[in-house]
Amino acid sequence: MTAVAARGRVSTGARLVILLAFVVVFLIPVYVLLVTSFKPLTEADPGQAWNLPVTWTTEAWRVAWEKLAPGLWNSVLLAVPGSLLSCALGSMNGYVLSKWRFPGADVLFTLFLFGMFIPYQGVMIPLVQLLVGLNELTGLQGVFYGGIPGLVLAHVVYGIPICTLIFRNYYVTIPDELIEASRVDGAGMLRTYRSVVLPVSAPAIAVVVIWQFTSLWNDFLFAVFLTGPQSWPATVMLNNIAGAQATPYSQQMAAAILSSIPTMLIYVLLGRFFMRGLMAGALKG
Amino acid sequence: MRRARTWLPGLLLVAPSIVAIGVFVYGMLGWNFRLAMTDKHDEVSEGKFVGLDNFVSIWDQPRWHISVNHAIMFTVVFVLGALVLGWFLAFLMEKGIRGEGTFRAIYLFPMAVSFVATGIVWRWLMNSGMEERAVGLNRLFDAIGLPQWQWFRDPDWGMAAMALPAIWQMSGYVMALFLAGFRGVPEELREAARVDGCGEWGVYRHVVLPLLRPVTLSALIILGHISLKVFDLIVAVSGKQIITDVPAVFMWVAVFDSHDPAKGATIASYIVLSVAVFVIPYLVWSVRKERRS
Repeated sequence: MTAVAARGRVSTGARLVILLAFVVVFLIPVYVLLVTSFKPLTEADPGQAWNLPVTWTTEAWRVAWEKLAPGLWNSVLLAVPGSLLSCALGSMNGYVLSKWRFPGADVLFTLFLFGMFIPYQGVMIPLVQLLVGLNELTGLQGVFYGGIPGLVLAHVVYGIPICTLIFRNYYVTIPDELIEASRVDGAGMLRTYRSVVLPVSAPAIAVVVIWQFTSLWNDFLFAVFLTGPQSWPATVMLNNIAGAQATPYSQQMAAAILSSIPTMLIYVLLGRFFMRGLMAGALKG
Repeated sequence: MRRARTWLPGLLLVAPSIVAIGVFVYGMLGWNFRLAMTDKHDEVSEGKFVGLDNFVSIWDQPRWHISVNHAIMFTVVFVLGALVLGWFLAFLMEKGIRGEGTFRAIYLFPMAVSFVATGIVWRWLMNSGMEERAVGLNRLFDAIGLPQWQWFRDPDWGMAAMALPAIWQMSGYVMALFLAGFRGVPEELREAARVDGCGEWGVYRHVVLPLLRPVTLSALIILGHISLKVFDLIVAVSGKQIITDVPAVFMWVAVFDSHDPAKGATIASYIVLSVAVFVIPYLVWSVRKERRS
């Protein structure tokens, strides 16, 4: 018995050591980002690559902020309305598909789910053509194609499947009797939604808003195809800043951190909901 | 008629989404496929129907072969790497360990960061400069006596190196999936196997592993479809160099640099097909399974 207990303790110690070693590996990029971003240009030579800065400076941060600020603002204009709209649509769809089902709802749900997995490359060229067409049709240059509204539209539409899935799986857990009781009281579909379903939706809303905000904030593919210099979000600007040969590493790293602060904050403060979104989206990447 | 009155409002409420998915997902996939079957190789021509010619002729282009081979190598290394590492981390944590929450938070945080930001650090880490010009991992390896590498610039194994940041980014997610899977194994089952004389490894092999199969399948599907369409990471680490070309980058170049819509659409169709062949059976299977239970 004592031998078993001792072996158990040893293996616990070994597990802890291995896990800690992986923590170090996982944090190496973070160390590099922080350390490099606070270095002055005079310490940029390769010999000091892994050293802490001798003189700490926020100069690189200042320059990176100046370059990146318009992109960060565009990302806010993209991600806030985009995630709220996605949430509203997902909630209505999830409600109907779980509690107010119509014939063929299962087939429809499967068809929705496939929309979650399509590589967006497969719709990109037609999408560009459609948005260009909308620009011409409405006479609003740079609004649909080359503008943030067009990008929001794309994200909201292609976010419907995952948002519907999360809300549907959440609403399934609401007892049918509650819905029935409301119906018996003479409430219609929308009244039942407002008085029974919406008040208990907060956790699902948090999951969806966080999930969509993170996806929209981090998106690069749609942004590269659909936006122009005036509407580039932070990811595209970051890539341009870092891609320029003349940009020193310190500025690249500071810009990379700046662009990641909003999603990192959400992760740290609301990690619980972030996790739930990940698990709900176990069907999606 | 009375029944229709009960479900019709629901259908109406979902109708905008049905139209949107119909047009933007299925309509545009069809539109893209239709475009791939024309000879619209510049932006002004009308585009005559040429059947599957583009799907055949793209195999005559050396760059296409390169990008397909790259995608295969990237996918194998990334999917296996993230799966094994994620499983291993979950395996170490499944019985509970002090500070588990912190470990999980650290392994998972890369998921919250964009591939573009990640790519910038990893480009620095995987810089191919050597000797006194070495930065990043090469400098570190040199200091501790390990060999230095070309990393993603290696002509043969470059895409295997390119998979490293992706593994770093996604293995925490796989860990979370497996950890949920481990915890879903009822303790009574393990106990029953122990009573039947199974050692801990026997319990693991005969009880736990079979029950992890659905989680493993989900993880494979998720990683696989991310891998086949990988774009952001490649662009952020190396731009559109041929040495790290993949179909998604090739498509981007076809659309914006070569101004060849039909070629771009052809590549895009191949990307969609490569994902659809395993995702559609998986979706049908999982919806059926859900309905049975």
